[in-house]
Amino acid sequence: MRRAAALVAIVTGAAAVVGALASAGCTDAWNDPYPASERGSNTLYSSFVERPKTLDPARSYTSDEWGFTAQIYEPPLQYHYLQRPYTLVPLTAREVPVPRLLDTEGRELPADAPAERVATSVYEIRIQPGIRYQPHPAFAMDGAGRPLYLDLPESAIRTKYRLEDFPQTGSRELVAADYVYQIKRLAHPRVVSPIFGHMSEYIIGLKDLGDRLQAENKRLVASHEARFGRTDGNLPWLDLRDYALSGVEVVDRYTYRIRIKGKYPQFGYWLAMPFFAPMPFEADRFYAQRGMSDGRNLNLDWYPVGTGPYMLVEHNPNARMVLARNPNFRGEPYPSEGAPGDAAAGLLADAGRTAPFIDRVVYTREKEGIPYWNKFLQGYYDESGIGSDNFDQAVRLSLEGEARLTPEMQAQGIWLRTSIGTSTFYLAFNFLDPVVGGLSDRARKLRQAVSIAIDWEEYISIFANGRGIAGMGPLPPGIFGHREGREGLNPVVYDWVDGRPKRKSIDVAKRLLAEAGFPDGREAATGRPLVLYLDTVARGPGDKPRLDWYRRQFAKLDIQLEIRATDWNRFQEKIRTGNTQLFFLGWNADYPDPENFMFLLNGPQARAKTGGENAANYQNPEYDRLFEQMKNIANGPERQAIIDRMVAIARADAPWAWGFHPKDYILGHAWLHNVKPNQMARNGLKFYRIDAALREAKRAEWNRPVLWPLAVLAAALGAVVLLGVRAYRRRERMAARPAQRAA
Amino acid sequence: MTAYILRRCLYAIPILVGVNLITFVLFFVVNTPDDMARLALGAKRVTPDAIEKWKAEHGYDKPLLVNAQASGVAQLTDTIFFQKSARLFVFDFGNADDGRNIGYEIRTRMWPSLALALPVFVVGLAVNITFAMSLAFFRATRYDFWGVVLCVAMMSISTLFYIIGGQYLVSKVWSLVPISGFAPGADAAKFLALPVLVGVASGIGSGTRWYRTIFLEETGKDYVRTARAKGLSELDVLFGHVLKNALVPILTGAVVVIPLLFMGSLLSESFFGIPGLGSYTIDAIQAQDFAIVRAMVFLGSVLYIAGLLLTDISYTLVDPRVRFA
Repeated sequence: MRRAAALVAIVTGAAAVVGALASAGCTDAWNDPYPASERGSNTLYSSFVERPKTLDPARSYTSDEWGFTAQIYEPPLQYHYLQRPYTLVPLTAREVPVPRLLDTEGRELPADAPAERVATSVYEIRIQPGIRYQPHPAFAMDGAGRPLYLDLPESAIRTKYRLEDFPQTGSRELVAADYVYQIKRLAHPRVVSPIFGHMSEYIIGLKDLGDRLQAENKRLVASHEARFGRTDGNLPWLDLRDYALSGVEVVDRYTYRIRIKGKYPQFGYWLAMPFFAPMPFEADRFYAQRGMSDGRNLNLDWYPVGTGPYMLVEHNPNARMVLARNPNFRGEPYPSEGAPGDAAAGLLADAGRTAPFIDRVVYTREKEGIPYWNKFLQGYYDESGIGSDNFDQAVRLSLEGEARLTPEMQAQGIWLRTSIGTSTFYLAFNFLDPVVGGLSDRARKLRQAVSIAIDWEEYISIFANGRGIAGMGPLPPGIFGHREGREGLNPVVYDWVDGRPKRKSIDVAKRLLAEAGFPDGREAATGRPLVLYLDTVARGPGDKPRLDWYRRQFAKLDIQLEIRATDWNRFQEKIRTGNTQLFFLGWNADYPDPENFMFLLNGPQARAKTGGENAANYQNPEYDRLFEQMKNIANGPERQAIIDRMVAIARADAPWAWGFHPKDYILGHAWLHNVKPNQMARNGLKFYRIDAALREAKRAEWNRPVLWPLAVLAAALGAVVLLGVRAYRRRERMAARPAQRAA
Repeated sequence: MTAYILRRCLYAIPILVGVNLITFVLFFVVNTPDDMARLALGAKRVTPDAIEKWKAEHGYDKPLLVNAQASGVAQLTDTIFFQKSARLFVFDFGNADDGRNIGYEIRTRMWPSLALALPVFVVGLAVNITFAMSLAFFRATRYDFWGVVLCVAMMSISTLFYIIGGQYLVSKVWSLVPISGFAPGADAAKFLALPVLVGVASGIGSGTRWYRTIFLEETGKDYVRTARAKGLSELDVLFGHVLKNALVPILTGAVVVIPLLFMGSLLSESFFGIPGLGSYTIDAIQAQDFAIVRAMVFLGSVLYIAGLLLTDISYTLVDPRVRFA
């Protein structure tokens, strides 16, 4: 009887627990990671993996960081959001500047003048009037129009730890001088901009400015150390307005001029990068005040100041970053024209409407793929990439290689958008190596044989879930000069069979290898087996399948492949010094111009000799000559013809086993609109639109709490306690062990 | 007692110098200042000039340990080791290689770490001791046998399995708590419920077995037999005598880790998105940020030494026979 009563008590108790929990709020999703106050708001939820190192537009050079800075800072130009191939359009500029070409005498030359006649290119950039900066304390003024926070004593800064601790903010109009100030920052020795070296080769006077700033900085540092000691990091402000930059000048309030050495048509693309965004001197001066950065991180790395559609309102790189609509943003019309298919995909539904459409963007840090993916499926992230672990759950590839969503994804209303990345991954042969390098017929045939043997289609299938296309040359699709179909076939590695490229048979590769002096993978003269060495970064057992796959590819030709696994630093050092034979590398385009890929094989930019980006140290005089011709002319039949010849030379020389161009996959929920992958620009957030009501409904539907496990747990705990108590009582009541019966 | 503590603190100084030196040497055997500059500046368009500027800006343009070009004491002080290490001893951690203040990061991040580690520690200790005492109470019964089997099974499972399984069941299938994330204040509770549960569950196997062994050893001693002979109930024996006497070995293992709770958990913080010091350290190792690595190793050493000292002091509290000379 007592046992039955106890059981009833347990079950009743468990039911009470569940009932109480259910009544407490089963209408809400319990697993919602966001505050209840945000429900139904016009907020986009996204994530980031790596904490941004810097949000200073002169220093930041990673796509992750640009995901933030591109929403805040506005360079004069941008890429058209929808059109493909990628096209430059004005952002703050009134129009895309057309450079004036001048000879050594200062006479104007026609736009198609050959590069050797051009001494200077002049870019005159006119910006739109009326553009205003986001609210920021650097612009705050007192009643008399004097800056409030630009000459603060150290004692006043001691109490400030966040930007919000400065109660007053202000704004001002964007002027041409702000762009000039930022270009000078590229030469600032304390900023250490990654593009200073490159830009100082082109922008007249930039190198000289860098030298002068370096000398002045040294002087300032010496006097500062004498006064405050070596460990004090609060160096005094260097007002860049006091230092002339001969190649860059302010023409009037809304116009500035940049003079470039020679002809450099790609400079326009640089004007679409955050490096060339405006920087108000007030912000630089504000953050340079003594005590601002030290211990408080009140600096441009943490708190950007821009004119863009969003401003950073919460910077917690450990957990989350929040952007909010910039109240001073002028608004930008959604594009009215797009690429073919955009209208059908609904990408023109908001044509002409004023962006941005979203009020806030919350980025949460997710370091691990599993929680990130599950939160996307629960509706807590609006868009997602696809990790290799989740690929089969999300996507199925048809026999034709077309990617389709699985029925589960379709049932959730998730959409999929794919695009070919403007990047390339390749296996490089070091041209300085005596076995695989050089332009000799022997080495060329050896490289060609290896190129045929490495089955990149299989690699893409196994290691990239089919997300990529095998390379036919250095240029990926979407870049001028790339050819599709039979015209784009690499005849060294492929045959055209039944309307598609087919990798040549391994017999062809073996024949080439024999002609190279290595029949059956052995040196003809000595009979010694051919051993090649692949340098790679290996991080652990997870890399073994990939490395084994490489070995198998070379084994097809009876070549022994030795893997020399090392860490990233040593790997880079080997490539830098040319002390390697084979290695796998990739390149992601800075801008959508063939020059940005073809220069990877340009002899004068060989890594081992000049520290350039030609990591294979490939050198072919004819290729280099054509490169000089190609790099400075406009896209057109002439440029295409030169590129075709360059690609043919590179294919024959095979300095790379042309690897693959990866495909990017983006998944999004039904409530997210206007998303089009853009490999070049990161500032498309202003065009995104969400249906917050639909999101709320779906989240509630997908995340109903399941309460019976709590009841079971409560019942189980109750039962254990009950049994324990009973057992204890029985034991306590037990008589002493009866004496052993006498035998 | 005061003299003893003071002496232990003085002993700590050469230990910390040694730890610092070893960390420094190990780090710079793998990474040169040039490597650090290249990683910080990115893979593209890095010029030797930019590398030199970065090193000068971050104080890595000096010799590592001995400056042959300097004279006198400056041969040792005008080096990367001295410049980067001397301030540690006044807990001035300086700035990370990306320019951010390490002290600020530690102050910010230690609270999320503590918010996770402290409940796991306290609840885990309570659960493990309770479970172990019940096994000791029911020793040599079926309950004891299956309890030990369960413990062995639980300690054989990887922590990662507990995390992924917990996230799958509790957050995804049952939708009871967020799968990851963190919020300050009271809102942290819903984010911490699952990691605490997982942290406690993953430690039950090994913790319970360890404490069960301690309790069984104590229950076999004469004073327990005496207590039983005097007619005390088994609960009184366990809680009044066995637990008290088992506290010395329990404290040996438990108190030493209390200061280290600040340092956070590498795995849990990553998977549950908790912005603590554990994930800060692993990020720094991946980014080759020597300033942070050095600061965290130093802090870990200081806290470990503090933990050992606390353990010694705690002995005097639970065992009146212990006295420090």
